[in-house]
Amino acid sequence: MSRAWLGRLMPVLTLAVLLLVWELGCVVFHVPEFVLPRPSRVIVTLIGTFGPIWFHAQHTLLTTLAGFAMAVVMGVALGVVVGSSRLAYQALYPLLVGFNSVPKVALVPVLVVWFGIGTIPAVLTAFMLSFFPVAVNVAIGLATMEPELEDVLRSLGASQRDIVVKVGLPRAMPYFFASLKIAITLAFVGSVIAETLASNVGIGTLVEQASANFRMPLVFAGLAVVAAMGIAMYAIFAWIERRMTGWATRSVDFGIGG
Amino acid sequence: MSGTQTPLVDIADVRLSYGGAGGTLAVDQLTLRVPAGRLVAVVGPSGCGKSSLMKLVTGLLRPSAGRVSVAGQAVRGPVKIVGMAFQNASLLPWRTTLDNLMLPLEIVEPYRSRIRRERAGFEADARRLLAAVGLAGFEDRFPWQLSGGMQQRASLCRALIHRPALLMLDEPFAALDAFTREELWDVLQGIWMERGFTTILVTHDLREAVYLADTVHVMSARPGRIVATYEVELPRPRTLDVSFLPAFSHLVQTLRAHIRTERGAGDAAAVA
Repeated sequence: MSRAWLGRLMPVLTLAVLLLVWELGCVVFHVPEFVLPRPSRVIVTLIGTFGPIWFHAQHTLLTTLAGFAMAVVMGVALGVVVGSSRLAYQALYPLLVGFNSVPKVALVPVLVVWFGIGTIPAVLTAFMLSFFPVAVNVAIGLATMEPELEDVLRSLGASQRDIVVKVGLPRAMPYFFASLKIAITLAFVGSVIAETLASNVGIGTLVEQASANFRMPLVFAGLAVVAAMGIAMYAIFAWIERRMTGWATRSVDFGIGG
Repeated sequence: MSGTQTPLVDIADVRLSYGGAGGTLAVDQLTLRVPAGRLVAVVGPSGCGKSSLMKLVTGLLRPSAGRVSVAGQAVRGPVKIVGMAFQNASLLPWRTTLDNLMLPLEIVEPYRSRIRRERAGFEADARRLLAAVGLAGFEDRFPWQLSGGMQQRASLCRALIHRPALLMLDEPFAALDAFTREELWDVLQGIWMERGFTTILVTHDLREAVYLADTVHVMSARPGRIVATYEVELPRPRTLDVSFLPAFSHLVQTLRAHIRTERGAGDAAAVA
């Protein structure tokens, strides 16, 4: 087997070994199922209750994607403003950092008061958690332009808008796509938190109710599904990133050679 | 030879200070005239305000006192008849070499409003320019596929694509190895002799200054001003053989002595 194949198989192998150790540990130490269920039981539950789990998972996925989409739109808009104007940076950046430091869990009750229990608080929590990395990355991509390049363009009479459109935005693309991978994972965190606290549907609700009934295999099955969706989304955005901005990963050795 | 004709660049008794009153004085009593069509080098100790000179001439900075004019007009904003190239090629990595050259044409008038209709013609121009610096066949490569020397050639082309009357070079070859650098001296000399644009070359490399320039100006330590001017009376096109002539070495030695004195003066001023 070639090394490349081995490299691809490694995550699967690691997971298999981890599950095996877990399984054996539970058997050897007689761990009760309501404390930590064996992986084999989790898998059986996952297959047995696939219908309900899929229903909740779908809902979580849609909630997450809705919040994520809002985060991308708002994040890009804010990032462009903050990254291309010194004044906007000074005005907004401290506010952004302050907002990002507030634990979003604490805001869920507020959202419930405003919008009631259900999907909207979950969408908004996903949005609040994931827009910050998008905004910051886009702003960094715009603000770290080489000063010489900016001089060249300015001396040609380029307006601020020209510079942002011709250089700033294309330059910010690798930062933007990199931030999507982080943002989608955070969006899952946000929606599941809100579902746990204030919803009747979604993986968060499922996990919360299952754990209240000590149905630990179902809790772990729910968590496994969230993890799987997170990994799938991450992989999709990583693939998009490579497709869209391959030039950025290759320019690592930029400028070397004679 | 610089005599009666109006200079293309006329810097008269210019002062530039950063950070308002009591700020750093970058240049003071700076006077420099560059006749049209000449290639002029400015050398000096590091931190002598050479970059300020670049920004003053291109209109990116306004002088605190004195007057800067280019092509007979006082500089009040970006000077569009100028092309610029720097030590860092700073090509856009998402554009091919050819598209990198098109960038200035997408911004500067009159090309900007014509580029949609006349793109093919402009691209033909760009290809000719690339061929002139030895980059034929690399038009569709991306910057990361070019060596440092090739990137710098492309950067030079980008500075020249809108046919500027004045080319400003800020240590354009400083990041290259010695052999590539000497190769690019000839590339620059070749295209300058062919096209006849005026050039101001800011450099630390005294051999480079003597090899390329008609006139070498020595700048003082900060606050920078011109303290000496030497005419380089060597025939063109100059080749590496010229750089082994006694006259060449003698001038380089003289310049080096000047810089050493200026560095000393700068250090003394810093201590005092």
